[in-house]
Amino acid sequence: MSTTLRPETPAQLREAVAWAAAEDVQLELRGRGTKRGFGRPMQTEHVLDLSALAGIDAYEPEELVLTCAAGTPIAEIETLLAGKRQLLGFEPPDLGPLYGGADGGTIGGVLAANLAGPRRVKLGAARDHFLGFSGVSGRGEAFKAGGRVVKNVTGYDLAKLVAGSFGTLAAVDMVTVKVLPAPDKTRTVLVFDLDDAAAIAVLVDALNSPYEVSGAAYLPTAAAGRSGVEYVRKAGVSVAAVRVEGTAVSVAGRCAALRTLFAGRGPVEELHSMNSAKLWREIRDVAVFLPDREKAIWRVSAPPCEGPRVARATGGDWFCDWGGGLVWLATAVAGDGGAAAIRGALAAVGGHATLVRAADPLRAAVPVFEPQAPALAALSKRVKESFDPRRILNPGRMYAGV
Amino acid sequence: MKMPTPDQTVLARRAEIAAALREIVPGEGVIDAAEELRAYESDGLTAYRQPPMLVCLPSTVAQVSAVLKYCRKNGIKVVPRGAGTSLSGGALPLADGIVLGMAKFNKVIEIDWANRCAVVQPGVTNLGISDAVAARGFYYAPDPSSQIACTIGGNVAENSGGVHCLKYGLTTNNVLGVELVLMDGEIVRLGGKHMDAGGYDLLGVVVGSEGLLGVVTEVTVRILKSPETARAMLLGFPTSETGGDCVGAIIAAGIIPGGMEMMDRPAIHAAEAFVHAGYPLDVEALLIVELDGPQAEVDDLIARVEAIARARGAIYARTSTNEDERQTFWAGRKAAFPAVGRISPDYYCMDGTIPRKRLPEVLARMAEMSKRYGLRVANVFHAGDGNLHPLILYDANQPGELERAEAFGADILRLCVEVGGVLTGEHGVGVEKRDLMGTMFNENDLNQQQRLKCAFDPEGLLNPGKVFPVLHRCAELGRMHVHRGAVRFPDLPRF
Repeated sequence: MSTTLRPETPAQLREAVAWAAAEDVQLELRGRGTKRGFGRPMQTEHVLDLSALAGIDAYEPEELVLTCAAGTPIAEIETLLAGKRQLLGFEPPDLGPLYGGADGGTIGGVLAANLAGPRRVKLGAARDHFLGFSGVSGRGEAFKAGGRVVKNVTGYDLAKLVAGSFGTLAAVDMVTVKVLPAPDKTRTVLVFDLDDAAAIAVLVDALNSPYEVSGAAYLPTAAAGRSGVEYVRKAGVSVAAVRVEGTAVSVAGRCAALRTLFAGRGPVEELHSMNSAKLWREIRDVAVFLPDREKAIWRVSAPPCEGPRVARATGGDWFCDWGGGLVWLATAVAGDGGAAAIRGALAAVGGHATLVRAADPLRAAVPVFEPQAPALAALSKRVKESFDPRRILNPGRMYAGV
Repeated sequence: MKMPTPDQTVLARRAEIAAALREIVPGEGVIDAAEELRAYESDGLTAYRQPPMLVCLPSTVAQVSAVLKYCRKNGIKVVPRGAGTSLSGGALPLADGIVLGMAKFNKVIEIDWANRCAVVQPGVTNLGISDAVAARGFYYAPDPSSQIACTIGGNVAENSGGVHCLKYGLTTNNVLGVELVLMDGEIVRLGGKHMDAGGYDLLGVVVGSEGLLGVVTEVTVRILKSPETARAMLLGFPTSETGGDCVGAIIAAGIIPGGMEMMDRPAIHAAEAFVHAGYPLDVEALLIVELDGPQAEVDDLIARVEAIARARGAIYARTSTNEDERQTFWAGRKAAFPAVGRISPDYYCMDGTIPRKRLPEVLARMAEMSKRYGLRVANVFHAGDGNLHPLILYDANQPGELERAEAFGADILRLCVEVGGVLTGEHGVGVEKRDLMGTMFNENDLNQQQRLKCAFDPEGLLNPGKVFPVLHRCAELGRMHVHRGAVRFPDLPRF
């Protein structure tokens, strides 16, 4: 019979994992369950519910660090930070709606999936803001790594490894993340009616400019037509979007400079405050642009200039962020869901594709994460064993046998 | 400093090993003459010296792979080395080990402007990357003070920082991919030109692993467009407290400067005497704050920072009005180490990080220690991120002074950990801070790190004696002491 264990203290967490290790019991680690469909389907006996390990431990705005329990909701953190005019620089996406569920994941979940929003191009991904943690390994041993200060190279940077490990290495109970000042103002420059090549050229020029662009996305016509932002939805053509953030005088100056840079490429429009924020939230959270519940959803990470070409390999609906380097793609679920076409196109340029959403049978039949070369796959397996030799923590969620 | 006991059976086979390595790396790729080996006996931490058994200088990935494979098969220890500028002894040789010098990997392979990255060999210098992309107005952001000499391979090993890392990040935030050769000769590629890892982020742990996990043979780094403009300010304060307050207030106001450095009175005086940067000599703390970015923003922020500084009690404020002046402001800070070298026969540079708000307390206790040890200390400080560089002044020719300086340094690092900070912000653990790891990490923490090491290098042949105070065998670390049924079913909420 399946049981849910819900530890309320780090000591209880350790006890739970130690028990599972001793009894060879496999555990599904869960925060608020908003991304349960992310990863390979698992058949674990028990759920380890980490959502009770929540709450702020220390917030030091002037030190730019926040320490909190891993089950703390992102929304709670964002509200707290906003009170001091700060934010999480990596702009964590909320993929809840993409899975058709409620929004509102936890900091632990976002770090476990290493999710990052549009600001990735300027400030890095979740892993770049993850300074330290404590948790329990699959051996049932409590351990910690990293620190509670923004600059630290003491010992291996295990926070990077745990970020994006989907709960397969450790059950994390406490995390320290870097926080940053929130910008005073945000504006977005839109360039309309570009083909893929022209859109990528606009994004490249923007990102290669000295104007400190903090978002660079491209919405082909179909995706743009679903935006909640009227300027974008009603355009009836494709839209390239470039965001700048900072002080009022700086933002105005950089917008003007970008408009000059884009002169002659296509019609240009500017979005301010509310509209700008809404558009980038839509881009960050994906669901608005790829709403078809029947479709499989892929997340492709590629060299930025190659994103659209990989996207076109399937004929599916798509859009891209990170200057083209992050492609979100909806494909028909028939056959392999487009896996061979996408991964074939990627093989020539480098990068990886993840089947982020699909019904269990497709996720069981198709590698959800990019298959690895043998030497790398063997190394990944040894790394897993070094943390979780009995494979009790989210077994097989990333790769079979890991 | 106790290093692993040399393996006499390996030493006895030295000639045979040299011959075997020459088979793999022909020509002048293997060094075995005692006088030539001496050039490799130390790195930037010159207090420790040990000539290696042999030096091997491969020039191809295939050679690196074959050398490591041979060494693994024959149980030979390997110490990878870039330019040998480590300040923590990361490249300190072993008597029974080879030094694997990567200097011949010195080519820029590709600059991909559209994807904003450069693919380089590990022996390219840090500054060499910026130079290679400067023509089109780009640069590579991390800028350790040894950037003219240190290599990107060494930067990857140490996760090097610099004065700009508060805003632009450390090496780890600016590297997109590496090609890595494992101890068994396998070659793996981690990352690439794309922006995140597929599978485990092994790149994230390889960066900063101090040469213990593999040998990097290619690096892909992010390049950035140079800021439109940069201006620097000198801000003088009557006390270190007011200087520290000002740093906190600038950040609290939502401003992340490109660089924010602090110097104390001894460092200010030494630097001014050396390079005549125009520093005020009647202040206890000097801040150099650099704002970079679009022109309009920089002008705006300069005014805001000056207002904050005045409100926080600055008694001196000057803003650079042209590029020459900006460079002059920095000249003193950048020459701080050699400047201190002029007022003392030797100095020992520390590297702890603290929560910035604890600065006044840490400086006060450091001053007490200075009295107790009878050694002067000058402080330069990456103020924005709390990374301290106390320079302990001593004279190695005076019996016992080096030992006193080391004990003083260890006390400073213990203090950093005690106030919530860490042992090293950017120089690495190496041999220098190895035996202090236990002040920050317990046995579980260190064992888990060593288990990760076992996944890469199960025999512990890569750079042993660095980072970890006690070396365990992988088999011992892997053992699990669980007894079925002995652990009680946890008494916790269930549904």
